[in-house]
Amino acid sequence: MNAVAAMPPKSFEVKPKLDESGTPIGELLEISMGPHHPSTHGVFRMDVVLDGETVVKLKPVFGYLHRNHEKIGENISYLASMPYTDRLDYFCSMTNNWAYALTVEKLAGLAVPERAEYIRVIMAELTRLQNHTCLIGFFVQDMGALGTPMMYAFREREKILDLFESVSGARMMCNYMRFGGVRVDVNDEWIAQTKKVVSDYSKFLDEFGTFLTENEIVLARTQFIGVMSKELAVNASITGPMLRAAGVNYDLRKVDKYGIYSRFNFQVPVGEHGDIYDRYMVRVLEMRESIKILEQALRDIPAGPVMDPKSKLRGFRPKPGEVYGRVEGPKGELGFYLISDGSPNPYRYRVRPPSFVNLTILEDMCLGHRISDAVVILGSVDIVLGEVDR
Amino acid sequence: MLGEQIIKGMAVTAKNFFGSYVSKERLTTVQYPEEHLAQKENTRQFPFLVYDGDDWEKGLRCVACQICEKECPPKCIYIVKSKDKKPDYKGQMQVYPATFDIDISVCMSCQICVEVCPFESIKMDTKFELSTDDRFGGLLLTKDKLAKSNSYYQKMHPQDAAESDAVIAGEKAKAEAKAKAAAEAKVKADAEAKAKAAAAAATTPIAAPTPTTPPPPAK
Amino acid sequence: METLEQIKVRLEVALPSAKVEILANECALGERSLLVDAASGFAMAKFLRDDTQLKLDFCSNVTGVDWPDKEFTEKIKVKQTVDGVEKEVEDVKKTVRPGYLEVVYHLYSMALKHGPVVLRLRTENRADKTHLPSLTPLWRGAEFQEREVFDLYGVIFDGHPDLRRILMWDEFDGFPMRRDYIAPDDFEYEPTPHDEVLVEAKKHYPVEPKAEVKA
Repeated sequence: MNAVAAMPPKSFEVKPKLDESGTPIGELLEISMGPHHPSTHGVFRMDVVLDGETVVKLKPVFGYLHRNHEKIGENISYLASMPYTDRLDYFCSMTNNWAYALTVEKLAGLAVPERAEYIRVIMAELTRLQNHTCLIGFFVQDMGALGTPMMYAFREREKILDLFESVSGARMMCNYMRFGGVRVDVNDEWIAQTKKVVSDYSKFLDEFGTFLTENEIVLARTQFIGVMSKELAVNASITGPMLRAAGVNYDLRKVDKYGIYSRFNFQVPVGEHGDIYDRYMVRVLEMRESIKILEQALRDIPAGPVMDPKSKLRGFRPKPGEVYGRVEGPKGELGFYLISDGSPNPYRYRVRPPSFVNLTILEDMCLGHRISDAVVILGSVDIVLGEVDR
Repeated sequence: MLGEQIIKGMAVTAKNFFGSYVSKERLTTVQYPEEHLAQKENTRQFPFLVYDGDDWEKGLRCVACQICEKECPPKCIYIVKSKDKKPDYKGQMQVYPATFDIDISVCMSCQICVEVCPFESIKMDTKFELSTDDRFGGLLLTKDKLAKSNSYYQKMHPQDAAESDAVIAGEKAKAEAKAKAAAEAKVKADAEAKAKAAAAAATTPIAAPTPTTPPPPAK
Repeated sequence: METLEQIKVRLEVALPSAKVEILANECALGERSLLVDAASGFAMAKFLRDDTQLKLDFCSNVTGVDWPDKEFTEKIKVKQTVDGVEKEVEDVKKTVRPGYLEVVYHLYSMALKHGPVVLRLRTENRADKTHLPSLTPLWRGAEFQEREVFDLYGVIFDGHPDLRRILMWDEFDGFPMRRDYIAPDDFEYEPTPHDEVLVEAKKHYPVEPKAEVKA
């Protein structure tokens, strides 16, 4: 492990360039791409120091959406924390619910019936589809295609959100998973609707690919920009599509094999260069793999109960102990660390947010590039401030 | 040719744009508030209290057990129990809520209160056009604004209401069967006691003359 | 992956001055952790990262935990002379376990796809001796997470390249996630106050007490 990869970039003291006589050429411009900004994906601030248009120092500042989620988790019961987990990464509420339910089930030793496992996989892969679609819409918008491709992305995303609403009651804040299963069962009509949405999705992806895959503007703006080496990515605890684009084959669905992912036949796309273009291609290919998983899951879903009969809604007191559970969310590894002391409330409730950790090397990627590239690089990290700040 | 893919992308935009004039699939905008999309059956917005029959105060199913108040994550429910009792749908005398407030500026529509209620009395409504200009009082729904009839519930969520009605009917039937069994048992016990007394009177010898004249009426 | 006992043996061989302890975990499916003393924490972590059998190159999660002073009461039998006769009497003994702040690291391996190894470091007390070695020079991913533990718990990491507050603003005073943190009293009218909020609300405006009802 080379020591160079571990140290932060030498940008703390920045001085302007000097000419032959030793006088500084020009001045460095310090700007704040402040919390109110159309391209920073939420209330996120970057203190950028520019030499002309080149970035010489970039410090991310966040905490504007800090809602002390972890402290609330210590004061309310385990079940009451479930709606709060919806609001962490507000695009992917089903995945957040599953990560928390998985951790509590590990803590309390609850078993999940098979039908509920299939339903969880279907919901998680639908979430991955709508998250990546949304992200590609934002990505193209950050580069200047103001609105049109994003509206097409949202049009398809609405179909998935309609599916979520018809089963759980809410489009985004689903509050659907419970400890030991899911809250309500899905009926055959829902399965038929989902099959139709999934089969239409491949056609939509083909049409949407014409905006992205070989478009000259996209290629010029994203290839070899924001490069991240393999060693730096592993050392900086990057997870998710960012890590796989850098060339490391580490997907929790294949490594941990949580749930019933070992039954499905799918591949993990891995990139080569670690630049922005690879990250987006990895996400597009992941969407196609998700469609494959969905088709298999919808075909094989068995009948049966959807809740563990031993689990209780009220008065849930797991035995003392601690556990760390993690799932492969659309943005990376989402983990929950719970310490229980036998009371109805957790003693320590910690969320390991993927976007927060993925922001560690934002500066490394942006140094030397122009300010307009910094916007696109930030878009490719795929942050959601609800998760970064909790 | 340089720019070929950009032109292909623009062709997709053109297809969507001109297609929106001819195909319904491409035109997804709904002119709200003149048109509304049909709401899904399972959609949930804010809670409401169910009452049976026509009189909302007499038919209110809630018995002020305060379980929903304890389980609510943001603690937006505020219940004060009443001092007297009224009969519920099973005929038993139960306490009812004198105050039942829900602050919908705090409520996050998580539906946990519905899941834990043992009496099928709080359910989720589907109305979301609830804006008001009074920040505190206008968003605090009191018992009279929250109580809605069972027929409203059946219209909004037909499937859920059918299940809920089945549970209520089942509970009622069980309570009636129990009462009937208790009544029958009581009749049987009375008859047995009477038979025993008659048998006892027939077999014991007459030892002392028992007074047969009734005692004089007290003045 | 080898068991924690084997790792402990190899750690003690490699670093004789280190004190390693395996802590049990009452949850059956949870992982047991390695408690390491703060002085040799950095060297141990370096060994865990560079070892060819373990290759724990992925620091997944850095958590801070606050353990305040805890009083234990136990009943013990004490010999006492009562009225000249020696008897065994039950007495209550109170012991106080001093409080500390703890940092928990979850380490996985991306190269060998195994894990986790849970590493724990504890400070001496919660008041002034809250220094711990920073593991950011080993795992860059711990940079922001250690800053968060500093911000919310007050653990000072020696060797961290940029230790400042991350989620709260720079001039904030106090460590919010500690168990004894008292939030400042910011008055805001609440229509349905409960429990502690009710106590706070009563200081500002008259609240209808729940026990009485005018019906």
